[in-house]
Amino acid sequence: MIIAERKPLDEITGFIAGAGKVLVAGCRGCVTVCNAGGTKEVEILASLLRLDAAKDGRGLAVDEITLERQCDPEYVEELSGPLGKGYDAVLSMACSIGPQFIARRYPAQAVYPALNTCFMGGALEHGVWAEHCQACGNCVIHLFGGFCPISRCSKSLLNGPCGGSAGGKCEVSKDIDCVWHLIVEKLSAAGGLEKFMGIELVKDWKTSRDGGPRRIAREDLLK
Amino acid sequence: MPSSSETPVRPGPETPAAGPPLAPAPLTRGTAPAAAAEAAGWQPRIIAFCCQYCAYSAADMAGSMRLQYPPEVEIVLLPCTGRFDVILALKAFERGADGVYVAGCLEGNCHFLDGNVRARKRVGLLKKELAAVGFEPERVEMYNLSASQGPRFAEIAREFTRRVSGLGPSPAGGGGQGGL
Repeated sequence: MIIAERKPLDEITGFIAGAGKVLVAGCRGCVTVCNAGGTKEVEILASLLRLDAAKDGRGLAVDEITLERQCDPEYVEELSGPLGKGYDAVLSMACSIGPQFIARRYPAQAVYPALNTCFMGGALEHGVWAEHCQACGNCVIHLFGGFCPISRCSKSLLNGPCGGSAGGKCEVSKDIDCVWHLIVEKLSAAGGLEKFMGIELVKDWKTSRDGGPRRIAREDLLK
Repeated sequence: MPSSSETPVRPGPETPAAGPPLAPAPLTRGTAPAAAAEAAGWQPRIIAFCCQYCAYSAADMAGSMRLQYPPEVEIVLLPCTGRFDVILALKAFERGADGVYVAGCLEGNCHFLDGNVRARKRVGLLKKELAAVGFEPERVEMYNLSASQGPRFAEIAREFTRRVSGLGPSPAGGGGQGGL
Protein backbone atom coordinates (compact mmCIF):
# COMPACT_ATOMS: atom_id res chain seq x y z
CA MET A 1 0.00 0.00 0.00
CA ILE A 2 0.95 3.64 -0.18
CA ILE A 3 2.42 4.86 3.08
CA ALA A 4 1.94 8.48 4.07
CA GLU A 5 2.24 10.67 7.16
CA ARG A 6 0.65 13.92 8.17
CA LYS A 7 2.47 17.12 7.34
CA PRO A 8 3.67 19.26 10.24
CA LEU A 9 0.73 21.11 11.72
CA ASP A 10 2.20 24.57 11.14
CA GLU A 11 2.51 23.81 7.42
CA ILE A 12 -1.17 22.81 7.32
CA THR A 13 -2.30 25.86 9.28
CA GLY A 14 -0.23 27.96 6.88
CA PHE A 15 -2.25 26.56 3.97
CA ILE A 16 -5.53 27.71 5.49
CA ALA A 17 -4.43 31.03 6.95
CA GLY A 18 -7.27 33.46 6.33
CA ALA A 19 -9.82 30.74 5.55
CA GLY A 20 -13.17 30.83 7.34
CA LYS A 21 -14.55 27.46 6.25
CA VAL A 22 -12.51 24.33 5.65
CA LEU A 23 -13.35 20.76 4.67
CA VAL A 24 -10.99 18.02 5.85
CA ALA A 25 -11.35 15.08 3.47
CA GLY A 26 -10.04 11.64 4.37
CA CYS A 27 -9.69 8.45 2.36
CA ARG A 28 -10.65 4.90 3.36
CA GLY A 29 -7.89 3.37 1.23
CA CYS A 30 -4.21 2.94 2.01
CA VAL A 31 -3.96 5.97 4.29
CA THR A 32 -6.62 4.55 6.60
CA VAL A 33 -4.61 1.34 6.95
CA CYS A 34 -1.38 3.23 7.68
CA ASN A 35 -3.19 5.50 10.18
CA ALA A 36 -2.44 8.71 8.32
CA GLY A 37 -5.67 9.89 6.70
CA GLY A 38 -8.72 7.82 7.65
CA THR A 39 -11.84 8.91 9.51
CA LYS A 40 -10.02 8.98 12.83
CA GLU A 41 -7.13 11.09 11.58
CA VAL A 42 -9.59 13.45 9.89
CA GLU A 43 -11.34 13.91 13.21
CA ILE A 44 -8.08 14.63 15.02
CA LEU A 45 -6.82 17.14 12.45
CA ALA A 46 -10.20 18.91 12.36
CA SER A 47 -10.21 19.16 16.14
CA LEU A 48 -6.65 20.53 16.26
CA LEU A 49 -7.50 23.16 13.63
CA ARG A 50 -10.54 24.26 15.65
CA LEU A 51 -8.48 24.52 18.83
CA ASP A 52 -5.77 26.46 17.01
CA ALA A 53 -8.33 28.91 15.66
CA ALA A 54 -10.08 29.24 19.02
CA LYS A 55 -6.75 29.99 20.69
CA ASP A 56 -6.22 32.90 18.31
CA GLY A 57 -9.84 34.02 18.52
CA ARG A 58 -10.39 33.30 14.83
CA GLY A 59 -13.72 32.15 13.46
CA LEU A 60 -13.08 28.90 11.63
CA ALA A 61 -15.61 26.22 10.66
CA VAL A 62 -14.08 22.83 10.01
CA ASP A 63 -16.22 20.06 8.51
CA GLU A 64 -15.18 16.46 7.99
CA ILE A 65 -15.75 13.84 5.32
CA THR A 66 -14.06 10.57 4.45
CA LEU A 67 -14.43 9.14 0.95
CA GLU A 68 -14.16 5.49 0.02
CA ARG A 69 -11.20 6.39 -2.17
CA GLN A 70 -9.89 9.68 -3.51
CA CYS A 71 -8.05 8.05 -6.41
CA ASP A 72 -11.28 7.14 -8.18
CA PRO A 73 -13.50 9.68 -9.97
CA GLU A 74 -16.73 7.99 -8.92
CA TYR A 75 -15.96 8.65 -5.25
CA VAL A 76 -14.44 12.10 -5.81
CA GLU A 77 -17.79 12.94 -7.42
CA GLU A 78 -19.36 12.62 -3.97
CA LEU A 79 -17.77 15.96 -3.08
CA SER A 80 -19.87 17.80 -5.67
CA GLY A 81 -22.67 18.41 -3.15
CA PRO A 82 -20.56 19.43 -0.16
CA LEU A 83 -18.27 21.67 -2.22
CA GLY A 84 -21.31 23.64 -3.35
CA LYS A 85 -21.44 25.00 0.21
CA GLY A 86 -18.49 27.26 -0.39
CA TYR A 87 -15.42 25.96 1.36
CA ASP A 88 -12.41 28.28 1.32
CA ALA A 89 -10.11 25.27 1.33
CA VAL A 90 -10.15 21.49 1.14
CA LEU A 91 -7.45 19.69 3.10
CA SER A 92 -7.05 16.27 1.55
CA MET A 93 -5.78 13.56 3.86
CA ALA A 94 -5.33 11.08 1.01
CA CYS A 95 -2.02 10.30 -0.66
CA SER A 96 -1.05 12.95 -3.20
CA ILE A 97 -3.33 11.35 -5.78
CA GLY A 98 -6.39 12.48 -3.81
CA PRO A 99 -5.77 16.24 -3.89
CA GLN A 100 -4.77 15.96 -7.55
CA PHE A 101 -8.05 14.27 -8.44
CA ILE A 102 -10.06 16.78 -6.40
CA ALA A 103 -8.20 19.72 -7.97
CA ARG A 104 -8.84 18.36 -11.46
CA ARG A 105 -12.55 17.66 -10.86
CA TYR A 106 -13.20 20.97 -9.07
CA PRO A 107 -10.95 23.52 -10.82
CA ALA A 108 -12.17 26.52 -8.85
CA GLN A 109 -11.66 24.87 -5.47
CA ALA A 110 -8.51 25.49 -3.42
CA VAL A 111 -7.14 22.07 -2.46
CA TYR A 112 -4.14 21.34 -0.24
CA PRO A 113 -2.33 18.11 0.67
CA ALA A 114 -2.41 17.47 4.40
CA LEU A 115 -0.18 14.41 4.05
CA ASN A 116 3.26 13.71 2.71
CA THR A 117 3.14 10.62 0.50
CA CYS A 118 6.21 8.64 1.48
CA PHE A 119 6.56 5.27 -0.23
CA MET A 120 5.03 1.93 -1.20
CA GLY A 121 5.51 -0.54 1.58
CA GLY A 122 4.07 -2.75 4.25
CA ALA A 123 3.77 -2.92 8.03
CA LEU A 124 6.72 -4.61 9.73
CA GLU A 125 4.73 -4.45 12.96
CA HIS A 126 1.92 -2.30 14.27
CA GLY A 127 3.12 1.28 13.84
CA VAL A 128 6.19 0.55 11.71
CA TRP A 129 6.15 0.65 7.92
CA ALA A 130 8.99 0.10 5.49
CA GLU A 131 9.50 0.60 1.78
CA HIS A 132 9.28 -2.61 -0.23
CA CYS A 133 8.60 -1.53 -3.82
CA GLN A 134 9.69 1.24 -6.12
CA ALA A 135 7.22 0.42 -8.95
CA CYS A 136 9.98 -0.15 -11.49
CA GLY A 137 7.38 -1.75 -13.74
CA ASN A 138 9.24 -5.04 -14.28
CA CYS A 139 9.30 -7.13 -11.11
CA VAL A 140 12.45 -9.18 -10.57
CA ILE A 141 12.15 -10.27 -6.94
CA HIS A 142 12.01 -13.97 -7.96
CA LEU A 143 15.67 -13.65 -8.96
CA PHE A 144 16.61 -12.42 -5.49
CA GLY A 145 14.96 -14.89 -3.13
CA GLY A 146 11.82 -12.80 -2.85
CA PHE A 147 13.62 -9.61 -1.80
CA CYS A 148 13.60 -6.44 -3.85
CA PRO A 149 17.11 -5.00 -4.23
CA ILE A 150 15.76 -2.05 -6.20
CA SER A 151 13.65 -0.62 -3.38
CA ARG A 152 15.43 -2.11 -0.38
CA CYS A 153 19.08 -1.55 -1.30
CA SER A 154 20.08 2.07 -0.72
CA LYS A 155 21.95 1.98 -4.03
CA SER A 156 19.47 -0.29 -5.85
CA LEU A 157 22.37 -2.61 -6.61
CA LEU A 158 21.59 -5.71 -8.68
CA ASN A 159 25.05 -7.22 -8.12
CA GLY A 160 25.53 -6.43 -4.47
CA PRO A 161 26.34 -6.18 -1.70
CA CYS A 162 28.56 -3.12 -1.61
CA GLY A 163 31.31 -2.39 0.89
CA GLY A 164 28.90 -0.57 3.16
CA SER A 165 27.25 -3.77 4.37
CA ALA A 166 28.27 -4.64 7.92
CA GLY A 167 26.64 -7.02 10.37
CA GLY A 168 23.58 -7.31 8.15
CA LYS A 169 22.96 -3.57 8.22
CA CYS A 170 23.34 -0.87 5.62
CA GLU A 171 25.87 1.90 6.24
CA VAL A 172 23.17 4.47 5.55
CA SER A 173 21.35 3.63 8.80
CA LYS A 174 21.37 0.95 11.46
CA ASP A 175 17.60 0.76 10.96
CA ILE A 176 18.05 -0.43 7.36
CA ASP A 177 18.70 -4.11 6.78
CA CYS A 178 21.24 -4.78 4.04
CA VAL A 179 18.92 -6.47 1.56
CA TRP A 180 21.87 -8.19 -0.06
CA HIS A 181 22.72 -9.76 3.29
CA LEU A 182 19.13 -11.06 3.41
CA ILE A 183 19.31 -12.29 -0.18
CA VAL A 184 22.54 -14.21 0.40
CA GLU A 185 21.25 -15.69 3.68
CA LYS A 186 18.00 -16.77 2.04
CA LEU A 187 19.59 -18.30 -1.04
CA SER A 188 22.32 -19.98 1.03
CA ALA A 189 19.60 -21.77 2.98
CA ALA A 190 17.17 -22.38 0.15
CA GLY A 191 19.65 -22.96 -2.65
CA GLY A 192 20.23 -20.89 -5.75
CA LEU A 193 23.17 -18.76 -4.61
CA GLU A 194 25.31 -20.16 -7.43
CA LYS A 195 23.37 -18.16 -10.01
CA PHE A 196 25.01 -15.03 -8.65
CA MET A 197 28.33 -16.27 -9.97
CA GLY A 198 27.26 -14.58 -13.18
CA ILE A 199 26.70 -10.89 -13.58
CA GLU A 200 23.15 -9.56 -13.68
CA LEU A 201 22.66 -7.66 -16.90
CA VAL A 202 21.91 -3.99 -16.78
CA LYS A 203 18.23 -3.48 -15.99
CA ASP A 204 16.04 -1.96 -18.64
CA TRP A 205 14.53 1.02 -16.82
CA LYS A 206 12.15 2.08 -19.56
CA THR A 207 9.23 0.56 -17.63
CA SER A 208 10.14 2.75 -14.68
CA ARG A 209 10.02 6.53 -14.47
CA ASP A 210 12.62 6.83 -17.20
CA GLY A 211 9.81 6.31 -19.70
CA GLY A 212 7.91 9.34 -18.40
CA PRO A 213 4.60 9.24 -16.48
CA ARG A 214 3.10 5.78 -16.85
CA ARG A 215 -0.37 4.72 -17.85
CA ILE A 216 -2.21 1.42 -18.17
CA ALA A 217 -5.32 1.08 -20.34
CA ARG A 218 -7.26 -2.18 -20.17
CA GLU A 219 -9.24 -2.65 -23.38
CA ASP A 220 -11.53 -5.18 -21.70
CA LEU A 221 -12.55 -2.64 -19.06
CA LEU A 222 -12.92 0.41 -21.25
CA LYS A 223 -16.39 1.47 -22.31
CA MET B 1 -22.58 2.50 -6.74
CA PRO B 2 -21.87 5.20 -4.23
CA SER B 3 -24.04 8.21 -3.91
CA SER B 4 -23.51 11.47 -2.15
CA SER B 5 -25.92 10.37 0.57
CA GLU B 6 -23.59 7.50 1.50
CA THR B 7 -20.74 9.77 2.55
CA PRO B 8 -22.20 12.64 4.53
CA VAL B 9 -20.17 15.61 5.56
CA ARG B 10 -19.75 15.73 9.30
CA PRO B 11 -20.23 19.35 10.21
CA GLY B 12 -18.04 20.91 12.82
CA PRO B 13 -19.52 22.87 15.70
CA GLU B 14 -21.51 25.87 14.61
CA THR B 15 -19.25 28.47 13.09
CA PRO B 16 -18.54 31.24 15.52
CA ALA B 17 -18.80 34.77 14.24
CA ALA B 18 -15.60 35.98 12.67
CA GLY B 19 -13.89 38.94 14.25
CA PRO B 20 -14.20 39.07 18.00
CA PRO B 21 -12.60 36.34 20.06
CA LEU B 22 -14.62 33.18 20.67
CA ALA B 23 -14.16 33.36 24.36
CA PRO B 24 -12.77 35.83 26.84
CA ALA B 25 -9.26 36.78 25.81
CA PRO B 26 -7.15 33.71 26.39
CA LEU B 27 -4.86 33.92 29.35
CA THR B 28 -1.42 32.53 28.85
CA ARG B 29 0.33 30.36 31.36
CA GLY B 30 1.92 31.87 34.38
CA THR B 31 0.98 32.77 37.87
CA ALA B 32 -0.22 36.29 37.28
CA PRO B 33 -2.78 35.58 34.53
CA ALA B 34 -3.95 32.44 36.32
CA ALA B 35 -4.38 34.41 39.51
CA ALA B 36 -6.24 37.10 37.59
CA ALA B 37 -8.52 34.49 36.08
CA GLU B 38 -9.22 32.94 39.46
CA ALA B 39 -9.91 36.38 40.89
CA ALA B 40 -12.42 36.83 38.05
CA GLY B 41 -14.22 33.69 39.20
CA TRP B 42 -12.63 31.19 36.85
CA GLN B 43 -12.52 27.62 38.05
CA PRO B 44 -10.65 25.00 36.05
CA ARG B 45 -12.65 22.26 34.43
CA ILE B 46 -10.76 18.98 34.48
CA ILE B 47 -11.71 15.70 32.85
CA ALA B 48 -10.26 12.50 34.30
CA PHE B 49 -10.49 9.39 32.15
CA CYS B 50 -10.41 6.56 34.68
CA CYS B 51 -10.05 2.83 34.20
CA GLN B 52 -12.84 0.89 35.91
CA TYR B 53 -10.40 -1.65 37.35
CA CYS B 54 -8.22 0.80 39.23
CA ALA B 55 -8.64 4.60 39.24
CA TYR B 56 -12.44 4.49 39.14
CA SER B 57 -12.50 2.03 42.03
CA ALA B 58 -9.90 4.15 43.81
CA ALA B 59 -12.23 7.12 43.42
CA ASP B 60 -14.96 5.04 45.05
CA MET B 61 -12.62 4.24 47.87
CA ALA B 62 -11.68 7.90 48.26
CA GLY B 63 -15.39 8.62 48.58
CA SER B 64 -15.88 5.82 51.14
CA MET B 65 -12.96 7.19 53.12
CA ARG B 66 -14.52 10.67 53.00
CA LEU B 67 -11.37 12.05 51.43
CA GLN B 68 -11.62 15.52 49.97
CA TYR B 69 -10.58 16.19 46.40
CA PRO B 70 -11.35 19.12 44.09
CA PRO B 71 -14.89 19.20 42.71
CA GLU B 72 -13.48 20.56 39.43
CA VAL B 73 -12.44 17.01 38.48
CA GLU B 74 -15.08 15.24 36.41
CA ILE B 75 -14.59 11.51 36.03
CA VAL B 76 -15.25 9.61 32.81
CA LEU B 77 -15.38 5.83 33.24
CA LEU B 78 -13.37 3.77 30.77
CA PRO B 79 -13.39 -0.03 30.56
CA CYS B 80 -9.58 0.22 30.36
CA THR B 81 -7.28 3.15 29.61
CA GLY B 82 -6.51 1.27 26.38
CA ARG B 83 -9.82 2.78 25.27
CA PHE B 84 -8.38 6.27 25.67
CA ASP B 85 -7.62 8.06 22.45
CA VAL B 86 -6.21 11.45 21.50
CA ILE B 87 -9.55 12.51 20.05
CA LEU B 88 -11.33 12.07 23.42
CA ALA B 89 -9.06 14.66 25.01
CA LEU B 90 -9.21 17.01 22.01
CA LYS B 91 -13.01 16.93 22.13
CA ALA B 92 -12.85 17.69 25.85
CA PHE B 93 -10.69 20.76 25.15
CA GLU B 94 -13.01 21.79 22.32
CA ARG B 95 -15.87 21.71 24.79
CA GLY B 96 -14.19 23.83 27.41
CA ALA B 97 -11.91 21.60 29.45
CA ASP B 98 -8.79 23.21 30.91
CA GLY B 99 -6.98 19.96 31.64
CA VAL B 100 -7.30 16.25 30.98
CA TYR B 101 -5.70 13.33 32.73
CA VAL B 102 -5.82 9.61 32.25
CA ALA B 103 -5.58 7.29 35.24
CA GLY B 104 -4.87 3.63 34.65
CA CYS B 105 -3.57 0.58 36.43
CA LEU B 106 0.00 0.23 37.64
CA GLU B 107 2.24 -0.88 34.80
CA GLY B 108 2.27 -4.65 34.60
CA ASN B 109 -1.17 -4.89 36.22
CA CYS B 110 -3.46 -3.97 33.32
CA HIS B 111 -6.51 -6.26 33.16
CA PHE B 112 -6.02 -6.27 29.38
CA LEU B 113 -2.24 -6.66 29.60
CA ASP B 114 -1.01 -3.39 28.10
CA GLY B 115 -3.90 -0.94 27.80
CA ASN B 116 -2.24 1.42 30.30
CA VAL B 117 1.07 1.32 28.39
CA ARG B 118 -0.74 2.17 25.16
CA ALA B 119 -2.57 4.99 26.93
CA ARG B 120 0.73 6.45 28.14
CA LYS B 121 2.02 6.53 24.57
CA ARG B 122 -1.17 8.21 23.38
CA VAL B 123 -0.86 10.83 26.11
CA GLY B 124 2.69 11.43 24.86
CA LEU B 125 1.39 11.98 21.33
CA LEU B 126 -1.38 14.21 22.68
CA LYS B 127 1.18 16.44 24.43
CA LYS B 128 3.02 16.93 21.14
CA GLU B 129 -0.17 17.64 19.20
CA LEU B 130 -1.34 20.18 21.76
CA ALA B 131 2.06 21.88 21.85
CA ALA B 132 1.87 22.22 18.05
CA VAL B 133 -1.29 24.32 18.38
CA GLY B 134 0.07 26.43 21.23
CA PHE B 135 -1.37 24.59 24.24
CA GLU B 136 0.79 23.78 27.22
CA PRO B 137 1.50 20.03 27.16
CA GLU B 138 1.26 20.06 30.95
CA ARG B 139 -2.51 20.29 30.52
CA VAL B 140 -2.55 16.54 29.96
CA GLU B 141 -1.01 13.80 32.05
CA MET B 142 -0.99 10.05 32.59
CA TYR B 143 -1.13 8.54 36.08
CA ASN B 144 -0.96 4.97 37.30
CA LEU B 145 -2.50 3.68 40.53
CA SER B 146 -4.27 0.64 41.91
CA ALA B 147 -7.85 0.18 43.07
CA SER B 148 -6.71 0.18 46.69
CA GLN B 149 -5.11 3.63 46.47
CA GLY B 150 -8.01 5.88 47.39
CA PRO B 151 -5.73 8.44 49.08
CA ARG B 152 -3.47 8.46 46.01
CA PHE B 153 -6.50 9.15 43.79
CA ALA B 154 -7.37 12.19 45.88
CA GLU B 155 -3.72 13.30 45.86
CA ILE B 156 -3.56 13.06 42.04
CA ALA B 157 -6.77 15.05 41.71
CA ARG B 158 -5.38 17.79 43.98
CA GLU B 159 -1.97 17.79 42.32
CA PHE B 160 -3.36 18.05 38.78
CA THR B 161 -5.94 20.68 39.74
CA ARG B 162 -3.15 22.79 41.29
CA ARG B 163 -1.13 22.42 38.11
CA VAL B 164 -3.99 23.49 35.83
CA SER B 165 -4.96 26.32 38.16
CA GLY B 166 -1.40 27.56 37.82
CA LEU B 167 -1.57 27.40 34.05
CA GLY B 168 -4.80 29.37 33.91
CA PRO B 169 -7.70 28.90 31.49
CA SER B 170 -7.26 26.81 28.38
CA PRO B 171 -5.98 28.85 25.42
CA ALA B 172 -9.27 27.92 23.71
CA GLY B 173 -11.34 29.47 26.46
CA GLY B 174 -11.64 26.86 29.15
CA GLY B 175 -13.51 26.84 32.41
CA GLY B 176 -16.28 24.99 30.63
CA GLN B 177 -17.34 28.36 29.24
CA GLY B 178 -15.22 28.73 26.14
CA GLY B 179 -16.24 25.53 24.41
CA LEU B 180 -16.64 25.70 20.67
